[in-house]
Amino acid sequence: MTKWLEENTPKLVLAPSFVAVLIFVYGFIAWTAWVSLTRSRLLPKYEIDGFIQYDRLFASPRWDTAFGNLFVFGFLFIVIAMVLGLILAILLDQNIRTEGAIRTIYLYPMALSMIVTGTAWKWILNPGLGLEATVRGWGFETFTFDWLVNPDMAIYTIVIAAIWQSSGFVMALFLAGLRSVDQEIIKAAQVDGIPTWRVYTAIIIPSMAPIFLSAFIVLSHLAIKSFDLVIALTGGGPGYATDLPATYMYAMAFSRGDIGQAASSAMIMMMVVFAIIVPYLYSELRSKDD
Amino acid sequence: MKKQILGAVSGLAIVASSAAFAEPQAEVLHYWTSGGEAKSVAVLQEEFAANGGTWTDMPVAGGGGDAAGTALRARVLAGNAPTAAQIKGPAIQEWYQEGVLADISAVAEANNWAEVLPASIAGHMQCDGTWCAAPVNVHRVDWIWANAEVLSANGIEMPTTWDEFNAAAGKLQAAGIIPLAHGGQSWQDATVFEAVALGILGADGFQKAFVELDTETLTSDEMKAVFDQMRIMRGFVDSNFSGRDWNLATAMVMNGEAAFQIMGDWAKGEFMAAGQVPGEDFLCASTPGEGFLYNVDSFAMFAIDGEEKQQGQALLAELVVGQNFQKVFNLNKGSIPARTDVSLDAFDNCAILSAKDMAASSEGGSLLPSYAHGMALRGAQSGAITDVVTAHFNSDMSSDDAVQMLANAIANSL
Repeated sequence: MTKWLEENTPKLVLAPSFVAVLIFVYGFIAWTAWVSLTRSRLLPKYEIDGFIQYDRLFASPRWDTAFGNLFVFGFLFIVIAMVLGLILAILLDQNIRTEGAIRTIYLYPMALSMIVTGTAWKWILNPGLGLEATVRGWGFETFTFDWLVNPDMAIYTIVIAAIWQSSGFVMALFLAGLRSVDQEIIKAAQVDGIPTWRVYTAIIIPSMAPIFLSAFIVLSHLAIKSFDLVIALTGGGPGYATDLPATYMYAMAFSRGDIGQAASSAMIMMMVVFAIIVPYLYSELRSKDD
Repeated sequence: MKKQILGAVSGLAIVASSAAFAEPQAEVLHYWTSGGEAKSVAVLQEEFAANGGTWTDMPVAGGGGDAAGTALRARVLAGNAPTAAQIKGPAIQEWYQEGVLADISAVAEANNWAEVLPASIAGHMQCDGTWCAAPVNVHRVDWIWANAEVLSANGIEMPTTWDEFNAAAGKLQAAGIIPLAHGGQSWQDATVFEAVALGILGADGFQKAFVELDTETLTSDEMKAVFDQMRIMRGFVDSNFSGRDWNLATAMVMNGEAAFQIMGDWAKGEFMAAGQVPGEDFLCASTPGEGFLYNVDSFAMFAIDGEEKQQGQALLAELVVGQNFQKVFNLNKGSIPARTDVSLDAFDNCAILSAKDMAASSEGGSLLPSYAHGMALRGAQSGAITDVVTAHFNSDMSSDDAVQMLANAIANSL
């Protein structure tokens, strides 16, 4: 009996969460996939009607904007947040005295919710209230910074706010990575008289590859599911210039009573996530087997 | 035998107990949660209680009713529909098609709703010939509000044509005043758009374009003219308008920073709350052109089990359309009664004008549903139009491209 328990306790304990995940994650993914193939409007219907919702989705200019924004936003956000995070981490790694305090200051934006970040940046970037008005108040009458209200530039304001929010977190990840690099190798390199920048580019950064991957995965899923930041900062506007797939999905499902369309956009979002996660999982699993 | 008797006795007991406690019950799902609105709905609660009913309030704030819609969907799918829910426009008929609405024709006929409500508004409350919803109020959407002092200082009259409006706006702009206070949110763009469309297309054209979705009208030269006017209006808006809330735009008119605002009569509530007097401090007029665009709030009645609840539903329907509630509620909310036989003595000039215009346009056939506020079309269709309107207004898209995009969007909206 005790032997049986010993063997099966982990399975028993894991079973409820396994069942819950099976139903509430994979079950509902299947449900959404099903609904995306129907003509559901206000309430879900279950008669399959082919790929009409996907046809509508790809014919919609608003979806084009939202999907294009995802790549503009995702690319810039991930790349800049990682570069900035890495630079901050390296600078912090120089054994400076107030490291603890500075680290906390940079990490703190992460403690704010995206809604707060969005609202604060909305005020900062508002031409009539924030930066532009302030600089003009200093006497630079021609200073213009109207990205927030300019349909072509508004998406970049979302990038700015998201980077402000997340780069401290990336810095913390990288800092942990920097500290975990074998000090013996670094010392050996210093003994050999290799300049510091070479130590970083040739030894430390390459040995941090797993951290880069983790940071990339965390940031990319933040980018794909970004929703609250857009709602707080621009509300999807001007027009629908800053729509992202998540806000598109929300508008269709909850404002317009167009559940089939929302489900199809959710499926496309999921496929984008899979396109990123599956190669990652594949490489992880394979390296374990080796 | 014994069993049967027992059954009969217990059946009697149930009847007796329900008769003894037959208290009308209503659970009402609504999204009137802001100050004035909450006060208005409290009026209904009190009246309901005074008639011996038990009211279960289910307010769901947020998202202009989106959150309430989500809550409603969850309740209905779980088989636990509320007695009544705040739904408006074609959404009522959509819910009816899902087979979840009740028939309240008995109440409607006993209270003669067909006589006291304007025909086109009564039409929204009926599902396949039976009554399934009760109207609460009528908001007029095609209003233009103005700062009286700014207009008189610049020698400008309330415009009666769009050309007059453009001329007046140009003059104001030269004087350093923002001609049009506007908030760059898609529904506000749509509100201005439909007021312009009503003026340029006329009532018939509006009906064809935004109720019947006639492709020919949607791509006509008149529709291009509507978009041309929208492009002109874009020039009358300050550069800082993106994402501004409507009440902030109203405040700009109040403090003389801007001259006009095109907005439904909920804007009047803002003026009144600031202690301004219609006709003296601020002016109200219908936007240039003939017609009346209405936005009617209503309660759709859901099919429910249980005598007490059904009684509650009937009582609720009766009270909502009753003279007293229609008057008190609309005085609080700034709209006008849906029924035409309510005394308007206590109402302000703008409301009286609104009621007069509603009666006149109802007779003239120009009493039309507002597309921007979900009265004319299903959400997917009106949303598709709004997407085009807001994309055009916030870019340098040509009117030709806009009407083409409009036709495509309608075709794609299922």
